[in-house]
Amino acid sequence: MARLTAMVRYLMTRLAMAIPTLFVIVTITFFGMRAAPGGPFDQEQTLPPEILSNLQTAYGLGLPVWTQYLRYLDSVAHGDFGPSFKYKDFTVSELIVQGLPVTLTLGATAILVALVVGISIGVLAAVHQHSMLDHAAISLAVLGVAIPSFVVLPALALLFGIHLHWLPVAGWEPGQPKFLIMPVVALALPPLAYIARLTRGSMLEVLHSPFIRTARAKGLPLRTVIVRHALRPALVPVASFLGSAVAAIMTGSLVVESIAGLPGIGRYLVQGAVNRDYTLVLGMVIIYSALLIFMGLLIDIVYAWLDPRIRAS
Amino acid sequence: MQDATARFFANRIAVAALAVALGIVLLSIVGPWFNPNRPDTLDWLHVAARPGTPNAHWFGTDRLGRDLFVRTLEGTRVSLAVGLLASTVSVLIGVGYGAIAGYIGGRTDLIMMRIIEILSGLPLIFFVIFVTVIVGRSVYVLFACIGAVAWLTMARIVRGQTLSIRQQEFVEAAVACGATPSRIILRHVVPNLLGTVVVYATLSVPQIILLESFLSFLGLGIQVPSASLGSLVADGAGELQAAPWILLVPGSFLAVLLLCLNLCGDGLRDALDVREG
Amino acid sequence: MAAALVVENLSVRFTQRRVSVEAVRDVSLDVERGECLALVGESGSGKTQLFQAAMGLLPENASTRGRAMFDGVDLIGAEDAALNRVRGAKIAMIFQDPMTALTPQLRIGTQLAEVLVQHAGSSWRDAWAAAGRMLERMLIDEPQRRLRQYPHELSGGMRQRVVIGMGLMCGPSLLIADEPTASLDVTVQVQIMELLRTSRRELGMALILISHDLGVVAGSADRIAVMYAGRIVESGAAGEVLRRPLHPYTAELIRCIPHLKGPLPRRMATLTGQPPRPQEVHAACAFAPRCVRAEARCRAERPQLKAHDAGFAACHFPLQP
Repeated sequence: MARLTAMVRYLMTRLAMAIPTLFVIVTITFFGMRAAPGGPFDQEQTLPPEILSNLQTAYGLGLPVWTQYLRYLDSVAHGDFGPSFKYKDFTVSELIVQGLPVTLTLGATAILVALVVGISIGVLAAVHQHSMLDHAAISLAVLGVAIPSFVVLPALALLFGIHLHWLPVAGWEPGQPKFLIMPVVALALPPLAYIARLTRGSMLEVLHSPFIRTARAKGLPLRTVIVRHALRPALVPVASFLGSAVAAIMTGSLVVESIAGLPGIGRYLVQGAVNRDYTLVLGMVIIYSALLIFMGLLIDIVYAWLDPRIRAS
Repeated sequence: MQDATARFFANRIAVAALAVALGIVLLSIVGPWFNPNRPDTLDWLHVAARPGTPNAHWFGTDRLGRDLFVRTLEGTRVSLAVGLLASTVSVLIGVGYGAIAGYIGGRTDLIMMRIIEILSGLPLIFFVIFVTVIVGRSVYVLFACIGAVAWLTMARIVRGQTLSIRQQEFVEAAVACGATPSRIILRHVVPNLLGTVVVYATLSVPQIILLESFLSFLGLGIQVPSASLGSLVADGAGELQAAPWILLVPGSFLAVLLLCLNLCGDGLRDALDVREG
Repeated sequence: MAAALVVENLSVRFTQRRVSVEAVRDVSLDVERGECLALVGESGSGKTQLFQAAMGLLPENASTRGRAMFDGVDLIGAEDAALNRVRGAKIAMIFQDPMTALTPQLRIGTQLAEVLVQHAGSSWRDAWAAAGRMLERMLIDEPQRRLRQYPHELSGGMRQRVVIGMGLMCGPSLLIADEPTASLDVTVQVQIMELLRTSRRELGMALILISHDLGVVAGSADRIAVMYAGRIVESGAAGEVLRRPLHPYTAELIRCIPHLKGPLPRRMATLTGQPPRPQEVHAACAFAPRCVRAEARCRAERPQLKAHDAGFAACHFPLQP
């Protein structure tokens, strides 16, 4: 019971630290964008000056920067990220609500696939060391890490979409998983390969540990030895890697969403950067940062579950 | 050193990868001499042409009629240049930072590592996007952003190694002889780091090329009319159905290059028997 | 008395990158039911690999020749399923270094209970209760609290008791203890040896004590076997071997045991020289280079294990006729 309370307290501390971090990120992003030369309407050359100044007033761009900042903080606290400067019919919040589920589905599926498939391959390769399976797994690991997702996805689309017609090349319909299959595969492949490699190496080491010899001497079948005794210690390096994996998947989703035409928030982020859409970029940065922080907390929990010695500290 | 070399050359995969990588580098430098086309010439007669088309379009052309052979090789050169340049800079900064942090230790070390932790926490892409929005798209932004991030891993590893080297006896002996910290770092710490640094420097080249390709693909890096493998792949993405080779040619070059560089790095790591501290 | 375990002509060879090393050379040994056999030898003598081979716990690069008969079944080369029915249930093997012998992320209770769940088909609830009773027998205080703890929360001595307890859960007919006290404090060593003796009496179990320290096992053994360079060089009843050793090596080992009574010696007795490394192959007597009694014949011809009045010895010039 005491252990549980300590754990909860630790998580609360981390959460408490996360809020100022988020705050700092928002502030930096806000002032950074304001500091940039040029504004969101610079590319609209066809607007006469009066309309331009009306627009600026409407979006509050005429006010002193500090006032804008405080107004922004206030509205964010109420869940209002302001209107998108580019997509004039939508507020940023609406765009987030539209796009977030797609991105979350894509990302969550990718990380699950990477973990489940990667760990399985790694364990099997370690248990059957030097077999064909092991060699195949190592090859996959090397290839997967090296080849970028924006090459894999078009290659997959070419083969399975255009030539074989098994899967749609791009696009999205809600509730239709077939549009997600290739994007998830392309997105999950690099972390999957690395996880497989990590798991294999780590499992090989663990299998030679004294406590595994004890478990085998007790007459436990191999499957029990692996799952009950070897798996959790072997997965510790994978947990360390998890943070990077999530970041990689977040990054990769930008590319994958673009190529596959998936209407997620990644697409908006890139477009926002190109169009200098302040509020859109700000909103996206906040969302992504919040996601990252949340993932960090989850990873801490995973760590503690894997090794009770960590729970104590 | 001799058995490391022997071990490396005994590793057939690594040697093959090295050969292929060198081949690509060589091709990218020498190849264009054999082809009359130039990277920015627009051949209106052969737009989006298949590989093997006349006019020496051995790899075909893109949708503006530019020859893919020459353009891909140029992209390869650009990507390689970015990779090597940024890698060198990141190695220098990383080694310096890490060695100092590891050697001085104590609070300085703690602060320096905290900085690294914070910087590592931000995914590069968002940082780049952020800076791009402020400053606009340019090659310099690309370099600055890659440079800002690439040295982190090297610094961390070098610091770890430095810490363990520092605790060894010959360093104590040098201090006892009255050597200054900078002398110790240069004469004793750095030579022992050589193996680790070489391995991670080699591995960082494909990582940087990957990063640059990513950014160029998104349109945040190398801009038209110059090409990098990333931007070439982006060009090809739109024509996938009609003219897949526009993507596949630079894509394959990129994939093979990255693969071979990674395999070389792994081979070096096995040969020098380097482990992460 | 019927034998519990009969080892016949067992040899173990390790191969790494085309280099072969014979760790165990043609060893034959048997252990009677209920008796305590001490197997003594320096590191590199092959004493651990001998029984690891019998239990099927050697790494993949090891090849084993010979037989190890238990309950009419040859354990060498047996299938995993057959081995698993024996291991932990009928023969238990425990190792040195309790600090690393237990799985870090599992509770003590789980590691004890799983033996019963696996071999006796108990429910986890019943097995957990049995584990608690075993901790009591192992003289561990607060057994219910200990059951829920993790290995890192226990001291070395307690962990070794848990390890012994794990071995005894199914009431095996043979317990093989490999250096059970090597990493422990001297006071704890005594307690552990006492625990092993008591458990053996209560269960009527055969016990094999593997050790490099003759002094530790001398008090507990019925029979003593001495190994050198992968071979048995002497074996016999414990009292006989200790009072009238046949092989010069045994005599040296006895000489090295510090005595509590009598005047303090000016110098501690030690064995001169080093044991041969496993890679070295001998056509002749392996002990000859260190033996004060060695003669030409010792360096030319390997002595075979021969029967004497009191026991067996492999020596051309044994100490007793």
